[in-house]
Amino acid sequence: MVVNKTGSEYIVEHLTNWSVGKGFWTLHVDSWLVSAVLGALVFGLVYRGARNATSGVPGKLQNFVELLYEFVESQVKIVFHGKSELVAPLAFTIFVWVFAMNAMDLLPIDLLAVLGLHMKVVPTTDPNTTFAMSLSVFVLTIYYNLKVKGAGGFLHESAAVPFGIRLAPVNILFRLVEDLAKPLSLALRLFGNMYAGEMVFILIALLPFWVQPLLSWPWAVFHILIITLQAYIFMMLTIVYVSMAHEQH
Amino acid sequence: MNINVSLIGQMVTFILLVAFTMRFVWPHLRKALDDRARTIADGLAAAERGRQDLELAARRAADILREAKQQAQEVIAHADRRAAQIVEEAKGAAKTEGERILAGAKAEIEQEVFRAKEMLRAQVALLAVAGAEKILRREVDAKAHADLLNAIQAQL
Repeated sequence: MVVNKTGSEYIVEHLTNWSVGKGFWTLHVDSWLVSAVLGALVFGLVYRGARNATSGVPGKLQNFVELLYEFVESQVKIVFHGKSELVAPLAFTIFVWVFAMNAMDLLPIDLLAVLGLHMKVVPTTDPNTTFAMSLSVFVLTIYYNLKVKGAGGFLHESAAVPFGIRLAPVNILFRLVEDLAKPLSLALRLFGNMYAGEMVFILIALLPFWVQPLLSWPWAVFHILIITLQAYIFMMLTIVYVSMAHEQH
Repeated sequence: MNINVSLIGQMVTFILLVAFTMRFVWPHLRKALDDRARTIADGLAAAERGRQDLELAARRAADILREAKQQAQEVIAHADRRAAQIVEEAKGAAKTEGERILAGAKAEIEQEVFRAKEMLRAQVALLAVAGAEKILRREVDAKAHADLLNAIQAQL
């Protein structure tokens, strides 16, 4: 840490976004930039592996991309039984992108500050990023609900499940809570995990320098698990929500 | 936690990434993997076919071998029979030939004997004439006694 700052100043500095604009029209440049650049890098790499994909003996990059493909495809096959060209690419994008963004957590916490950039480097510690994904998924589930069941079927399901049509108000209330809880929990779970993880790194950075490696190393190792796990959970729940939208009650 | 226009910015990024994956990444991978699965399935089917063909060929080869052995035995038996027959025939031919040669030799001998007898007869006649000439010490008309001489010659 930089010596001439109090602990709270240091923490606040590390948890403040690099912002442009005022009020609702504030843009978090760091979240947007980092996620966009990561997206371009990672998906550029994936595209390189996929573009020249052959059915013969695959190269190393193609092999890796195929591994990801098989992983996502198998998960989708287990949960989702409808017909959709979107679900698997959606799950793939979420897993890869969230993983890449989470992985920024492993960058040394003061690295960018030393370079003169005061920003949050982990886009998933910004609720705007996580809500952007969860709300997109939410809109998609509503779209699939309407597409598969029709407007009438969707309304009927909302009113009649689970207690029958006579208790329609209760059912609708339940349904509202259930549907609203989905994007909320999806976004906040990822945000909370990454934010807390980053916070722990910051707190470790406040300790005397000779303690820091003893704590930040195990935490970073543990975080490799968290990074992967959160990306996986986000992907799985997306598949589950979309497949629930496809199911007729 | 402040929600602001970044949400919309991130949504746009997200949707672009999903669209990119769906449009440019997924079809390539799906095609490659489906093709590979088909290739492998074809290869396995071909291997299975090859195995069956091999089994069939082995069975055919065994059949042919057995048949060939049988034929060989038949040929050997035939050859044995034929050889015995040839030996018999040769024996017969040799016997006939021997008899024929023997008969020829006998005929020749008889002829020789006959010729020798003729010669002897002629010489005995001459001898008799010469003896008679000496005994008689006089000229004998050979012509006058030719009949007599011929009669003696015929008696010999």
